[in-house]
Amino acid sequence: MYANRDEFHPLEVDRIRKDFPIFAGESPIAYLDSAASSQTARCVLEAMDGYYKSYRSNIHRGIYHISEEATAAYEDARRKIARFINARRASQVVFTRNTTESINLLAYSWGNANIGQGDEILLTVMEHHSNLVPWQLLAERTGATLRFIEVSDEGLLRLDDLDQLLTDRTKLVAVTHVSNVLGTINPVREIISAAHSFGATVLIDAAQSVPHLPVDVQALDCDFLACSGHKMCGPTGVGVLYGKRELLEDMPPFLGGGSMIRAVQRGRSTYADVPAKFEAGTPAIAEAIGLGHAVDYLEEIGLDAVHAHEQQIIDYAHQKLSEIDGITIYGPKPRLKAGVITFNLEGIHPHDLAGVLDTTGVAVRAGHHCAQPLMQHYGVIATARASFYLYNTMEDVDRLYDGLLKAQNLLARRQG
Amino acid sequence: MNIYEEDILDHYENPSNYGTLENPDISYEEDNPLCGDQIRMDLEVEDGVIKDVRFCGHGCTISQAAASMLTEEVKGQALDDVKKLTKDDILDMLGIPLGPVRLKCGLLALKVLKAGAYGMKGWPGEEDDEEE
Repeated sequence: MYANRDEFHPLEVDRIRKDFPIFAGESPIAYLDSAASSQTARCVLEAMDGYYKSYRSNIHRGIYHISEEATAAYEDARRKIARFINARRASQVVFTRNTTESINLLAYSWGNANIGQGDEILLTVMEHHSNLVPWQLLAERTGATLRFIEVSDEGLLRLDDLDQLLTDRTKLVAVTHVSNVLGTINPVREIISAAHSFGATVLIDAAQSVPHLPVDVQALDCDFLACSGHKMCGPTGVGVLYGKRELLEDMPPFLGGGSMIRAVQRGRSTYADVPAKFEAGTPAIAEAIGLGHAVDYLEEIGLDAVHAHEQQIIDYAHQKLSEIDGITIYGPKPRLKAGVITFNLEGIHPHDLAGVLDTTGVAVRAGHHCAQPLMQHYGVIATARASFYLYNTMEDVDRLYDGLLKAQNLLARRQG
Repeated sequence: MNIYEEDILDHYENPSNYGTLENPDISYEEDNPLCGDQIRMDLEVEDGVIKDVRFCGHGCTISQAAASMLTEEVKGQALDDVKKLTKDDILDMLGIPLGPVRLKCGLLALKVLKAGAYGMKGWPGEEDDEEE
């Protein structure tokens, strides 16, 4: 009855689930909130544990053995991530706390130096607040103007407007690769190429793409790209800013302090080379090492297989959820998106949906998903969102479906 | 304990004192932008006593049920007693524990009532923090 429900699966999910301690036990949670934060793979936990138990020390400048070991592990993680996104050099990978910090770093350092009065920054209506508010702040500081690519009712970017929106005043285009609300996979390569023809610099918010799809920064030709470790089987507290070498080299420092300097005198300092220039203070060492192991893990499974698996799940989720009376599903059809399904049930507040689902062991997110302009576009205050990853199963979708029917039975009576 | 207890669902489906008053002595409305819950409270006050009360609005089960329960509680009470109502009183009425996010849903009605009656704008339960 359902295409894909029980046919060949691109991933051995049963085996993968054993790699995630949270799914051990009698009645594991149906975790459908990986777009907010994924679960952590055991190999990542073990790598961080190994650092804390056997070579915990600060990196760089240590003259003793375990500090050298920690430095090597930290820099090895940088190389792994560079390979994962196909950066030419490891030094193009700057460790930050998360995507939000990566974008703020860029807005302060690159933005203050390159954006001025009358310049335009082009965003989209589907940006997460983290790729909107830093640019609002930059516009306030500099007198620049924000412009927006609109979203169609189907949840796709209206790129027919791009010709009018891009001008010689456009200095930056900052766009999400995959919408955290709709799951829309945006044609960023075309956007990047169009932006470059106007001489604009391009940042890709890859928080929702790098964990789920093969991403190649050289093939995309993006100038900057930001992503978060905690959405890709890694730990919280570590993220990445990738940049083209000459752009990173020309940027002034962001935070000042230890590690980011070359020589310090009373009145002035000279700064370290990229990436150290942007990594002031002791970084999240264990977390960076953990993230290195997370990308090894994902690479071994293969991002193509992860994406194919998510496609199969959301295809089934769309079929199954569409049967529910009074459901509205936002965003494009499954083929055009990543593993996210966002919806509302008529007459039931999404917080109540999430609340009832929680009583059945199903975890979904409800609210504005840090994308209020997109909510305003659809004329809703909030939605419920289920998001999937490599460890989710068709049974998780069935549990979501059953929980939604339960919520409807419990709460929709007032309408009838 | 399930937050969707029958008592809460009853108040949600058949709220008490739902609507507006024609000539309220006090009328105040507020929303919680995080989840879009919205509550308006109308009060008729005579000699310092709440003679009548109505609420209206929309939002999740918890916010609407708490508002309904609160109107039952304060009707006929001295207005000054409203000031003494706390977060715990609301939790007692609801009879369930609430996590930090849903807590705001539960407390919105009391917040609106206190803001309307006394201009107290803080969230119930957080006033002490503000004074410190």
